[in-house]
Amino acid sequence: MLNFYILTLLFLSFASYFFGKKTIQKKTTLNQVPQHSRDTYHGFYLALYLLIPSAILILIWVMISPNIIHSLLEQKIQNTILLEDNSQIGVLRSQVISISEGIINTDNQDILSLVGYYNDISQLSVNLILVVSSISSLFLFFYAYRKINLRFNARTKVENIIKNTMIVASLVAILTTIGIVLSLIIETIEFFKIIKVSDFLFGLKWSPQIALREDQVANEGLFGAIPLFLGTILITIIAMFVAVPIGLLSAIYLSEYSNPRIRAVAKPMLEILAGIPTVVYGFFAALTVAPFLRDNGATLGLSLSSESALAAGIVMGIMIIPLISSLSDDVINAVPQSLREGSAALGSTQSETVKKVILPAALPGIMSAILLALSRAIGETMIVVMAAGVAANLTINPFESVTAVTVQIVVLLVGDQEFDSAKTLAAFALGFTLFIITLLLNILSIYIVRKYREQYD
Amino acid sequence: MTDFNTSKRLKNRYKAEKRFKVYSMSALIIGIMILLTLLSSITISAIPAFTQTSIGVDVQMDDDDIQQFQDDPNEVSWRSIQKSSLYELFPDVESRSQKKELNKILSTAAYIKIKDFYLKNPKLLDKKNTIYVTASDDVDLVLKKIIDVTLPENMRTVSDDQLKYISFLSEDDRIKKQISWKLFQNSDSREPELAGLKGGIIGTLLTMFVTLIISFPIGVLAAIYLEEIAPKNRITDIIEVNINNLAAVPSIVYGLLGLAVFLNYLSMPRSAPLVGGIVLALMTLPVIIIATRAALASIPPSIREAAYGVGASQMQVIIHHVVPLALPGILTGTIIGIARAAGETAPLLMIGMMAFIVDVPSKITDKATVLPAQIYMWANNPERSFEYLTSAAILILLLILIIMNLLAILLRRKYERRW
Repeated sequence: MLNFYILTLLFLSFASYFFGKKTIQKKTTLNQVPQHSRDTYHGFYLALYLLIPSAILILIWVMISPNIIHSLLEQKIQNTILLEDNSQIGVLRSQVISISEGIINTDNQDILSLVGYYNDISQLSVNLILVVSSISSLFLFFYAYRKINLRFNARTKVENIIKNTMIVASLVAILTTIGIVLSLIIETIEFFKIIKVSDFLFGLKWSPQIALREDQVANEGLFGAIPLFLGTILITIIAMFVAVPIGLLSAIYLSEYSNPRIRAVAKPMLEILAGIPTVVYGFFAALTVAPFLRDNGATLGLSLSSESALAAGIVMGIMIIPLISSLSDDVINAVPQSLREGSAALGSTQSETVKKVILPAALPGIMSAILLALSRAIGETMIVVMAAGVAANLTINPFESVTAVTVQIVVLLVGDQEFDSAKTLAAFALGFTLFIITLLLNILSIYIVRKYREQYD
Repeated sequence: MTDFNTSKRLKNRYKAEKRFKVYSMSALIIGIMILLTLLSSITISAIPAFTQTSIGVDVQMDDDDIQQFQDDPNEVSWRSIQKSSLYELFPDVESRSQKKELNKILSTAAYIKIKDFYLKNPKLLDKKNTIYVTASDDVDLVLKKIIDVTLPENMRTVSDDQLKYISFLSEDDRIKKQISWKLFQNSDSREPELAGLKGGIIGTLLTMFVTLIISFPIGVLAAIYLEEIAPKNRITDIIEVNINNLAAVPSIVYGLLGLAVFLNYLSMPRSAPLVGGIVLALMTLPVIIIATRAALASIPPSIREAAYGVGASQMQVIIHHVVPLALPGILTGTIIGIARAAGETAPLLMIGMMAFIVDVPSKITDKATVLPAQIYMWANNPERSFEYLTSAAILILLLILIIMNLLAILLRRKYERRW
């Protein structure tokens, strides 16, 4: 029904564009008044006044109607069925919704009557939005139709509408940030109502799966996040040891030594690495790198776990090589040629120029590239999910299996669970920590560039 | 004036120079070698997944079955036809346990081939026909020489009896290895010989469609406002900083946003391309905004001034002159952003797009999975055959991404203009 309405609306606004255009054209042939706006603007004016009110109303309806329907349904559940505790309302609610969508069946009369009620109010809400939005659209359409004439400044009006749409579009970015921050903070506060902040930030044991039964005394499990942070840091450090030398040195080679032909081939090749999806890196780590390390480690007398931090770290390092190399390449190229020439004139070799002149000059940019790579590595999920372990070991031995913050978020949230348990909330607390850390790293990287950038020329 | 010491120092300095050059060159070579290793190891392990073994069985329908077929082909007991035609090839297999072993050399759904054959050739119903049906994945692996048959029996998934049957069949010339298109024709399955990517590919297309229609208009409009119209004040400054920060937020956080806001607060359907598309659109938005702003900024002010000079309004300058000239750059940025979104997995795991879904989705609210999520699920499957299937799926995903990126490069080459 709603789909049909939207299609009709689109068709009608299309038609009213031509209708507005025709109306004005007819008026021009009748009288000889100078015209303010071209015909097309009158057409657009009519079409937008028909379309926009319905679009806004339907958008608002999509945002708030599920919530209203759900709370009405929950009230009804409370009134019809006597529940022992309130925690079952949510379960019943989703049961009713699934029945009405035809996913599951039941023959419980009480629930069937609830399903009927749910269908009724859903239908009511759809009808309501259809009536309200069509009336307001038609009303504004006639208002707009009465206004258009040859002297009417349709162009300015249409341009204002477009400009306002653009402002709304740029607010979407702000809304996204607010959405992220709010959703993370709300769930994190819920989590800290169950688990103490100090237990989370400084606890040494992480085993959220410990709660076996609801009525168990310690049914929260243990949520000490130190092993996760340590695992993430360990994997990130390994990644940095791989990515920084390779990325930086290849950037130096590409910008200082190589001839244009090699550069034209090699630079895109490194950039291909940046375009490979992370799930592919994860598979590469699990399929090729981890067995390779394990077999070679065995011949060297090292015992590597098959989910060692080393494998995950190396592959993560490979993933961020292109990030470091292309950003460093840019900053090295931005160092003015006069510095190179001056250094050469003093008799230094090319490597001395690089080490003593170019790198110091490009250092702020390189540092900010490394910080960006660091924040990317910390937030990276698929590689560690596929190549690192799940068990939270408190260790800094790279040959052992460690887990990471992102791995635990995935482990806690994948699969159906009740939403308000400490386990799901813990995932949001971890996500919030991750968000804050990456945000700080980005701010730091911008700050370094701003503060230490040298102005040449 | 070159005494002994300076000449020695000079030599050392030249040596250091040479060393440094070698270090930096080897870093580049290592980087490229890693890329080649990655691509080749995945390509090599993908090769077995593109061929499939079939076994020819002689099928003879009895009168009851033919009668049933004419009433309703779906009601025919195809499974037992499959079994009995296999037993006919091996008359000396009699005991139950041996028959069980024998049945395992065919795929459990091999009868689909028999059914398709008769649906296509109903005239041959009463004749004896040799039909090639899908072999099980273990037989497939034996014939591709991936399972080592020299190992003791308890260390491989194929029994000695089954090996005997296989060698008998190949002597009888009943085994065919063909290039298979089932990766594109079938959707997901627990049986590796039947598992395909159709569901994942369609799911990816639907999700990318949603991502595109949300992120492209919003991103372009926002970028035009920020670059061309917005006054430089605190609010636009905040928006700018904010967009740059959003571009660096880890993708998994967008997944948490999707879970908390779209699934729990707005009760949108779980596992649906609609929600996946919205989440990826929010993630792609900063990329598109940044690329569009760069494209707009590269249009020289003289274009704008000339347009203003002939009396155009600000909106006319933007819509009639600046945006059309910047369009190649805008589209390039959009394609690259969408390609990145198409390879993204982590946020989609959060909103349930990695469930095992057999049906091919037909609309954006259906349950669906995407190609990267399917790769993740297959990679977690312990069965050996799935390793090859995963590699093949990765190859297909990379192919799609390469095509998208080539499109972006071509667009840039063709329409890029230096002012």
